[in-house]
Amino acid sequence: MTTDVLPFPPATGLLPRRRNQLLVAAAVFAAIALIPFLVRDVYLQNVLVLTLLYAAVSQSWNILGGYCGQISLGHALYFGIGAYATSVLFVTYGVVPWGGMLVGGVLSAAIALLLGYPCFRLKGHYFSIATIVIAEIGLVLVHNWDFVGGALGIQWPFGSDSWWTLQFARDKVPYVHLALGLLAITWFVTFLIEGSRWGYWWRAVKDNPEAAESLGVEIFHSKMAAAAVSAFFTAVGGSFYASFLAYIDPESVMSFRFSLLFALPAVLGGIGTLWGPVVGAAILIPLTEITRSYLGGSGSGIDLIIYGGLIMLVSLAKPEGLLSLFRRKPKAEARS
Amino acid sequence: MSTDTLLTVANVTRRFGGLVANSNVSMTVHRGEMLGLIGPNGAGKSTLFNLIAGTFPPNEGRILFEGQDITGLPAPARCRLGIARTFQVPRSFDSMSVLDNVMVGAFAKVPGSHAARRTAIETLDFCSLAHRTEASAGDLTPPEKRRLEVARALATKPKLLLLDEVMTGLTPSEARLGVELVRKVRDQGVTVIMVEHVMEIVMPLVDRAVVLNLGKVLAEGKPKDVVRDDAVITAYLGERHRAA
Repeated sequence: MTTDVLPFPPATGLLPRRRNQLLVAAAVFAAIALIPFLVRDVYLQNVLVLTLLYAAVSQSWNILGGYCGQISLGHALYFGIGAYATSVLFVTYGVVPWGGMLVGGVLSAAIALLLGYPCFRLKGHYFSIATIVIAEIGLVLVHNWDFVGGALGIQWPFGSDSWWTLQFARDKVPYVHLALGLLAITWFVTFLIEGSRWGYWWRAVKDNPEAAESLGVEIFHSKMAAAAVSAFFTAVGGSFYASFLAYIDPESVMSFRFSLLFALPAVLGGIGTLWGPVVGAAILIPLTEITRSYLGGSGSGIDLIIYGGLIMLVSLAKPEGLLSLFRRKPKAEARS
Repeated sequence: MSTDTLLTVANVTRRFGGLVANSNVSMTVHRGEMLGLIGPNGAGKSTLFNLIAGTFPPNEGRILFEGQDITGLPAPARCRLGIARTFQVPRSFDSMSVLDNVMVGAFAKVPGSHAARRTAIETLDFCSLAHRTEASAGDLTPPEKRRLEVARALATKPKLLLLDEVMTGLTPSEARLGVELVRKVRDQGVTVIMVEHVMEIVMPLVDRAVVLNLGKVLAEGKPKDVVRDDAVITAYLGERHRAA
């Protein structure tokens, strides 16, 4: 049994367990940063960018879904808001994508609060269904909104490679590092939350709302805060995706498929854990891309069948996700 | 109102549909005292308990805590004022460790995680659960879970602790340890209200008992007087056993 919390914890600074987690994260992210220099194949680099992006957005989803226990199947809405805010600002007003990321993030957080106000009165499945419906309404609105390009979408102008406009036509490596940076930030934010009062409150809300209330936890405020943080980083992911594709239309950033793709890595890897979304994305996304390129066509849905199978397998055998395979079991003690 | 009154329940009525669970209930709790809330099944003990904890508001009447009207305050606000509770069926946060469970309680009063961890460790030690700090709450035995409930509530640094049948389902030796803990809590200066079924546990422990029956206060006083009260005996045992 570890003794890092007994008998007297340090008054300041990190617990040894937390410090180790930071060191592991730094090592993992540094190693990933080197991959594109070793793997020069553009297709594989492309897969790596998507894997890192989905890991980051799934980590954002995990903040609300995993830690606070509010299973959203409508995060495509926030992803789309980020993508559209960035694209419209850049293409129509000439604002660089960095500004669009911030605007999209703040806008998404605000909309999450606005939607959370009625939706967090719903519990469990009813909440999840509401999120699906709202995201679908968003999709229909964008389809019919000419100012943001309607069904045609928005094409980004071609420019020279630049970190300022996030346009890299020749070399994918900067995108790998951008996506990695996004993942590192969302991971670190989650790490900070996990050790803070909010993190404890959110997990309490997930496990047992009535008991949480009796211990001074404001349930509604907790859910709202989690939703805002989660939506912010999901939108930043959408912003990045738009600059990566350099062309967006409603289906390519807001379809229901995305909502699933944000939730599944966390569920597969381990919901409400720091590494679950990363592990889940590292398995799911390469699998999708490879089945797509071997079986041809993105419309066939074979990848989704594989997802379904994997999720069924995990929920039957290891409901806490793949990471729980590696967690050391606390010693079974003699029962009185 | 005397200065040592901690809690006042004034003419409180609570209805569930057509059922009147509490009808015009009044009582006061003094600072530092241990009060037993007893009565047969369906007497309205749990309803009164939940009204004090803030689970739901009363339909009529008022509840005062340290002179402040808390009738409309929800449970989290009452917790911050100093009212903590346990649940009849333990409601631990099963995905979290024992320490983390108690830290949630500690966060009610301290924002920093280091201070909260310190409070939690002290509280676990106080409740004789220090050896289970790192265990998952879901792995605890039933008596340990009840201790965890008490520890979590105590970590919020309450002035008033509401214990809902904490001794139910314990073996006699476990119950003795439980009684010891409750005594220790009271010795810390925490006022305690216990809802309890097991008379031989609650009666020697409490300073005063309030007996509820059919939603009304039936009797109130020192335990030894209450158990001799004709109305109480009738409520528990029926007309035939009166003055036996």
